[in-house]
Amino acid sequence: MTEKSGIRSFPWGKIIPFIILLIFSIPLILGIYWIIISTFSVSTRGLVPVDSAGNPGGLTLANWSFLADPVVWKLTLNTFILASTQTLGVLLVSSMAGYALARINFKGRKSFLGSTMVLQAFPATTLLIATYFVLRFISGIPLIKVFGYDTLGGVILVSIATQLPLGIWLMKGFFDAIPWDLERAALIDGCSRWRTFRQILLPQIRPGVAALSVFSFITGWSSFLIPYSFLTNQDTAVISTYINRLMQDTAPVNYSLVAAVGLFQLLPVIFFFIFTQKYLLAIFSGGMKGGS
Amino acid sequence: MGLRSRHSSSVTTTSVQEPNNGNIFNIDTGKKTLGNKYDWLIFMGPAMILVAVFFIAPVIIVFIISFTNMSSLTGFSNWSWIAFENWIKIFTHPQSGQHVKVTIIYVFFTLIFFNVGLALLLAILTTHIPKAAGFAFRALWLVPRITPVVVYIMMWKYLMADSPYGIFNEIFFKPLGFETSEIIAAHPYIAIILVNGFIGASFGMIIFTSAIESISKDIMNSSLVDGANIFQRIKYIIIPQIKWPLMFVTTFQTLSLITSFEQIMILTDGSYGTEVWSLWAYHKGLNNYFGQFQWGFGMALAGILVIISIGFCIAYLKFFKFSDMIQEPKIETL
Repeated sequence: MTEKSGIRSFPWGKIIPFIILLIFSIPLILGIYWIIISTFSVSTRGLVPVDSAGNPGGLTLANWSFLADPVVWKLTLNTFILASTQTLGVLLVSSMAGYALARINFKGRKSFLGSTMVLQAFPATTLLIATYFVLRFISGIPLIKVFGYDTLGGVILVSIATQLPLGIWLMKGFFDAIPWDLERAALIDGCSRWRTFRQILLPQIRPGVAALSVFSFITGWSSFLIPYSFLTNQDTAVISTYINRLMQDTAPVNYSLVAAVGLFQLLPVIFFFIFTQKYLLAIFSGGMKGGS
Repeated sequence: MGLRSRHSSSVTTTSVQEPNNGNIFNIDTGKKTLGNKYDWLIFMGPAMILVAVFFIAPVIIVFIISFTNMSSLTGFSNWSWIAFENWIKIFTHPQSGQHVKVTIIYVFFTLIFFNVGLALLLAILTTHIPKAAGFAFRALWLVPRITPVVVYIMMWKYLMADSPYGIFNEIFFKPLGFETSEIIAAHPYIAIILVNGFIGASFGMIIFTSAIESISKDIMNSSLVDGANIFQRIKYIIIPQIKWPLMFVTTFQTLSLITSFEQIMILTDGSYGTEVWSLWAYHKGLNNYFGQFQWGFGMALAGILVIISIGFCIAYLKFFKFSDMIQEPKIETL
């Protein structure tokens, strides 16, 4: 019923948004198309695959031969460990902090909330150069040196820390939106804060947790600057730094090969995104209905 | 409603002395704390430690080193204190003006046109077309953010390259009879704004989409029944309903644009006059062709960014009356 009145109200409604979206998306569509084409080409002119002499044609699978290289799979594993571990870390730390900021009245609550925003403003340069000193310092401490310079652990910790301001803000927002009746009853009945958090509130913000997971995993999977700055060891390198090395090492850079490795890194993320996108959009509508 | 909240407040002002013993209300104390007094420390602890180690400590290090002449010439042991010399050098440096100019242009136009403007447009458009199509477009716009930055930049280099390689030149400019050119060299500002904007738009798009989808279907539909057109609907229903996400995205993206340089570094490495302030600091302090690192001066350049950014934050807090938005914790005040 409302659907029909919608169509009457917006006679242009179904077509114009499509056209505007398409126009704005042209560079992306062309660029992605080119990446896919070029991974199967010797070279490209515009969007046309060409052979080494510059004539149309030149389709090849040679760019994908890197898949037989065990080093690539080692890097893929590293990238996965980095992305998934830092995602768990971000979720845990920021949901705990978000809960406290949304629900517990403590001294310095407001200033911490305000400063999470300020934290995001710290220049990456600041963090990179000075964090290098911090990681070097951690490396010198026996028990926690696995989180020091040139370790995956160190990169994971730095990654978690840089995503905290965003995570805490989002989580706090989700907790704020939850009606407090359930939790109040539980607390008054003597349920501990930790149990209330885990058993009553966390299930309520599942869509928020899913959304933050997607953000965080994608960030970790494709991150470049942090691993590039703090991982020099080839054994702990990730795909991003490998691609960068490909672009620097080979004398005339084989862009078709770089695009192929890039597509290899991109595909799992796209599948991941396709299957979790509904969580992202259910963020506000879904999770809140239960409690109220 | 009034009755209800008065009733609830009388319940919450009672406190629980022994959590495990259940319903023991101590009406006399009127304390406002539920549960253990130090619960917040457990919840905030991990975040506070990480913030202390990876935000506060590095910033202190930046300001300390900015007062030294530490560089690759002095090494880590032979440096000395030089007071404000690095800071004075910033104001007398002949290149400072150019770096300020490009930074302002880059941040302003990327923010207005892409990170907020286009993001809002994308969110509104993709929520007003069939679900599957909206999903497809949002997925497409997330590709720049999730694409490895080196590959993303390589894509743009190819898009903007001169003929016979460049895609824009081959597909649009050449067939239409325009001069072809190396677009990055000919229009470097447009290049860096486009490259960053196409990444930046997706952040706001996701946040705005979630917010728009969360607007009650009743409100949305009643606006249709009342005969509101799309512009009225945006102005009177969507924008007021997503005020908080709009503020969040604007604030967040301004601050992160000021400090971002990764894409520009890979695209132009600061040539054609595109060396934004943060890239300048990075080049001075961590990475340049000559291997001559001026840690002291680079840290002072970064320190300027920290100060400017904090200033921005305070202005935002005041402008948006953030303290009003930061609500009291529900569980203890109601």
